[in-house]
This record gives sequence, structure tokens and C-alpha cells, in this order.
Amino acid sequence: MSTPALELKGLKKSFGKAEIIRGIDLSIGKAERHAVIGPNGAGKSTLFNLITARFAPTAGTVKLHGEDLTGLEPFQINRKGLSRSFQITNIFPAMTVFENVRCALLWSMGYRYSFWDMVNRKRDLTEGTEAVLEQINLSERSHLPAGTLSYAEQRALEIGITIAGGANVIMLDEPTAGMSHSETDYITDLILKVTEGKTLIMVEHDMGVVFGLADRISVLVYGEIIATGKPADVRADARVQEAYLGAALEAEH
Amino acid sequence: MSQFDPDTDLPKGARPKEQITTDPSRPSERMQFRPLMIAVAPWVIASAALLMLPLVFTNNSALTIMNQMSITIVFALAYNMLLGQGGMLSFGHAVYAGVGGFACMHIMNMSDFFASFPLVILPLFGGLFGMGLAMIVGAFSTRSAGTVFAMISLGVGELIAACSVIIVAFFGGEGGVSGDRTYAQPFFGVEFLQQIEVYYLTAAWVVLSALLMYLWSRTPVGRMANAVRDNPERAEFLGYSSRWVRFYSFVASGFFAGVSGGLFAINYEILTEENLNTASSGVILLVTFLGGVGFFFGPIIGAVVFTLVQTVLSLQTELWAFYAGSLFLATVMFFPGGLAGLIMMHVPAFKMGRARLLIVPYLRTLLPAAIGILGLAALVEMMFHFRHAATGDNEMTLFWTTFDSHAILPWIIAGAITLIGLGIARATAPSLKDAWNSANTAPASQTVKGGAA
Repeated sequence: MSTPALELKGLKKSFGKAEIIRGIDLSIGKAERHAVIGPNGAGKSTLFNLITARFAPTAGTVKLHGEDLTGLEPFQINRKGLSRSFQITNIFPAMTVFENVRCALLWSMGYRYSFWDMVNRKRDLTEGTEAVLEQINLSERSHLPAGTLSYAEQRALEIGITIAGGANVIMLDEPTAGMSHSETDYITDLILKVTEGKTLIMVEHDMGVVFGLADRISVLVYGEIIATGKPADVRADARVQEAYLGAALEAEH
Repeated sequence: MSQFDPDTDLPKGARPKEQITTDPSRPSERMQFRPLMIAVAPWVIASAALLMLPLVFTNNSALTIMNQMSITIVFALAYNMLLGQGGMLSFGHAVYAGVGGFACMHIMNMSDFFASFPLVILPLFGGLFGMGLAMIVGAFSTRSAGTVFAMISLGVGELIAACSVIIVAFFGGEGGVSGDRTYAQPFFGVEFLQQIEVYYLTAAWVVLSALLMYLWSRTPVGRMANAVRDNPERAEFLGYSSRWVRFYSFVASGFFAGVSGGLFAINYEILTEENLNTASSGVILLVTFLGGVGFFFGPIIGAVVFTLVQTVLSLQTELWAFYAGSLFLATVMFFPGGLAGLIMMHVPAFKMGRARLLIVPYLRTLLPAAIGILGLAALVEMMFHFRHAATGDNEMTLFWTTFDSHAILPWIIAGAITLIGLGIARATAPSLKDAWNSANTAPASQTVKGGAA
């Protein structure tokens, strides 16, 4: 069996006495699209923050392609090919859209901490940036400050920044939160397009998006995964329906 | 906050040019040729101006002022690498300039070594010493930006300033360290005895340093400095360690601060505790902010204006620091983008060719305002004279007029000028605002709105 792209073993996190994540084991295969769903306060974002080392876990390990990530800093994990977006739009608002994407390309294109390369004179950077902008349909907006974009555009930019570095494991935290229907459809298509052939892990509330995108779904309730499986199986799972999905599914039908 | 973005301070036209490139086989040629010329032009013009200035201002005191300006320009630009580009507020940056300068003084005093040492490369050594210190301090101070960084910079600044009376061997105690630049190996026969020779040496270093600092801002690490300033966390998830990015900015800034210290050493041939202390660190913060942290050229304007206030105005009045402080306060409160921001505010109007709509309204408002402010300054001066002149010395001269500061009439006149000037300015301000809005609105569409003046 091949190594999973991401493997969590016995992952726990407590803030003081409050146990937010209570022992999670999860294995996500290469090129799988995996959605993590669950009611508010279930610990979905915390789980994301544990995987990306924004928080240190209280116990347990995270392995990326079989490699233990314990003790690494976020930037080191990013260099190993894991990239994430944030629940709250997290871009560089004062910089132009073009600049936002270009910054996301610098490390992966090998420029590192160079102080001898002129970024404007690098065709690979310019062309790479333009290619990403093309993908997220923001070419027309490239010279506006990112902060002036509409909400949906900023979310698209955030996805662009997340995928620009060529990471093969992409984590998206509620990419369609707070969006209208048409915007949600737009972002869903975008996610499908840009994560082609990559491992995708996303937290999402919109069940339409989840069932449309995900190969497998994990349901997180009070810091524990109560079910993992194909969308149809999860939908059928009695515990899931009881804990969380019932209302949402009824609303959909 | 204001931001530094070389992409937008590039002369306009550069970007659209790239976008309308239609020939896919030769994009780079179309993309780069014209912007390169436009990008080089300011540097050529600035260098030419620096070459010509001594022909206009020939006397030695003017040269001294220009040297002072040049040194402040390098220091302010170095400071803005931290403040404007890296988002790090330092309250103790004078120590890097100071230590660089002290190191240069010691090189000057190593007579045997210095005799075979070309003076022109001395600032480089100042830079290296400044950089060395910045590497040591930066190793722990750049862990975070914000308050922690500011407090560490203040602490380190105080610490090193205090060392000036403790480590007398290096800092020379209260007397400082002095030397003589002319003992250096002559540089193509130039011994730097004359002020004009020092001027050209300084000018060359200013252009070189400014150019290098500008280019730095366009490198990957320079661009990431902006990214880390805006959103350190996001930068981490792009593969960059915020701490290392800050460290590199800090070290580079320390280098150029050291260069300015070296230039100071060459110009004044003495360094004292004053070059290290918190007051000097405060002045450079003031200069940089006055000029504007959001644009590369902001600190240059700040350095020029502040040096003029400090040198020319201080000859006219003892209260120059009061006016400098007021200017700074007004800048912070009304134009957080600094003087550079004030200038760049007018770019959209110029682009649309509607800037001329502003000329008359500006004259109508700013002229009375200027007169009113002069009136106010007169009141301040009279108050100062009234309180502080020796008893019986009632005569004072202000704006080429001699009068009795204890008589009532001058007070009435100055007060009236102030009130009328500021009153007219206030009355005409709304029409200026309207003119501003119309100058910033494209004639066809009503979409572009400018901020109020």
C-alpha cells in the first residue's frame, strides 16, 4: 500500500482543561479530496491549525507523505509541500494582486532569501504569476491592491496564493463561507480546477459543496471523528444523521 | 497604514505597457525596454543634480548643509528599510550608524594603516561594522515585530549609548573620538582637504547607497519584507520564515546605517555619544515619517526638509525645534503618508490631466493659510522674546521689521494677520475640497473619488 499523503495518529489538543481535539486518527490518500464537516465548535479549524503547526498538538503525530512533522515550523511544513488557506481571508491587502501571487511563488521557484535577483526581471516569476492569475480569473485585476477586491475575489485570490507554490497537499478552511449561491458555485469550480491531481483537505459547511467535491468525508463532533467514508455512506450513517447532518440534509431535499 | 510598493511608484505607463503586449514570442523585450529607461531616468537626473548643485551653491556653509543632507538621506533610507518596508519600529537605530562611525574614526586613527587606505572606501567599513552589530542584535530582536521589537530596540539603544562612557577605549568617553581624514592615502591626488572634495565623495556614496537600497526592495527578500510586514502569518505559510526575513532586512538596514555613520565620520572627523543616543534615533524616526514611509523616495524628502529646518531655520530662530515638532505633528495628524504621500496624492489628477483645476483653489486657500501661519509664528516669537529677552531689551526684529515687543500694536497686527489668514483659508477650504473632487473625477464617469484635502 502506498504511503498516505497525510496521516494523523492519536492527535490531541487541549487548551487548559478544555479538550478540543480528543484523539484523531485519519489517513488521507494521494489525490484524494477529503472534506471535514461537523457542527460549529467541533474543532475543525483547530484540527487544521494542528496539522499546519500553527498550534502544537498536546499528543499525537502528523505525517506528511510518511514524514513526521512534529516540531517543524509552519514555513518548514509549507516547504514540504503542504499549503493552506484560512477561514478568515488572509492575504496581503496592501499589496497588489499580482504581488500577492508572486510572493507565493518565490520560495517554490527557488528564490529563497535572494537579495541579488530582481523580481521584475525574472520571466519565470512573471509568467508563473500570470498563469496562476489566469487560473483564478483575476488577470484583469492584477494591479489593484488586493484589499480592494470583492469578497469572492479575495477568497479566489487566497486559493490562488495557496496553490501557487505547487504544494501537493492543499488545505482549505471554509473556502465558500459567507458567499452567495453563484459565488459558491464559482469557487467550487475553481477548487475543482486548481486541485486537479492534488490532495485536497477542506473544512466546509455548505453540504452542496461537500457532496459535490469530496471523495471521502469525515464528520468531526466534539473533537472526535465519528464517521469517515464515501459521501453516500456518511449520508446513510445513523450516528451522523443524529449528530449533525439530519437537519442539513432535510433542508436540502 | 501606508505601504511601500515599488510596483506602483514606478512611473505609470510601465504596467499597461506589459499588459497590452500582444506578441507572444517576444514578451520580454516589449515588457522590459521602456520601463528600464523610465526606471533609470530618476537616478540619472538625481546624479546630475548632485553634480551640478555645488555650481549653484558655492559657499562652504551650503556644502556643509548638503553633506549633512546626504548623510541624513542615507540614514533615513536605511531606517525606512525597517519602518516602511519591514514594519519594524526601531527606537534605537542611531547605534548602528554611530558604531559604524566610531569604527571609521578608529580606522582613521590607525595612522600606519590609514596612510595606505583610500578614504573613499571608508564608509564601506562603517557599513560592515554597523552590519556586524545588527547581526548580533538582530539575532534576538527580530523574533517578532511590533511592541517587542520596538522595546528591544529602545533597550539596546540605551545600552549602547550608556557604553559610551563605560567602554572609553572605543567610544572615547565624553569627548568622543576625533581624527583627521586627510592622513588617508590620496585618492588620485585628492586629499579631501576641501569641503567640495568631501561633497563629491558623500554624493557618490548617497547615490550608490540609495540605488542599492532601491534594488534591494525589488529582490525576493525585499518583496517578502513587505509581505511579512503586512501579514507575517501568511508569509510563513508561503514557505518563508518571518523571522529570517526580518533579520535580513535588519542586517541590511544596519549596513546602510553604518555607511551613513562612516560618511558622518569623514565629514565631521569626530563622533561622540550624541551619535548614539536616543535623541538621534528619535530624529531619524521623525525625518523618515515626515518624508513618508510609504514610498521609497519619502525619506529623501524628509531628510532634505528636516536638514533645511535644522540648519537654515535654526539660524533665524531659537525656536526651530518647536517648528520642526509642529511640522511633524501636523504631518502625523493630517498626512500620515508624509510629504511623499502628499505628493503622490496628486498623481491621479495629473494622470487625468485635471491637475490644473487645482492651481487657483490651492492659491486661494494655501496662500492665506501660509500668511496666517507666519502670523502665528510671529506671535510665538514675540511671546518668546517678551518672556525670555533680558530686562530692558524690548526691541526685536521679525520679518525685516524692528519693533517693541512690549508695545500693544505689534501684537494686534500679528494677531489680526493670523486670524484673517487662517479665516480666509478656512472659508475657502470647502471650494478647494470641491475642486479636489472634480480634479480627481474623470469627466465622463463619476466613479473616481479622491480624498478630502
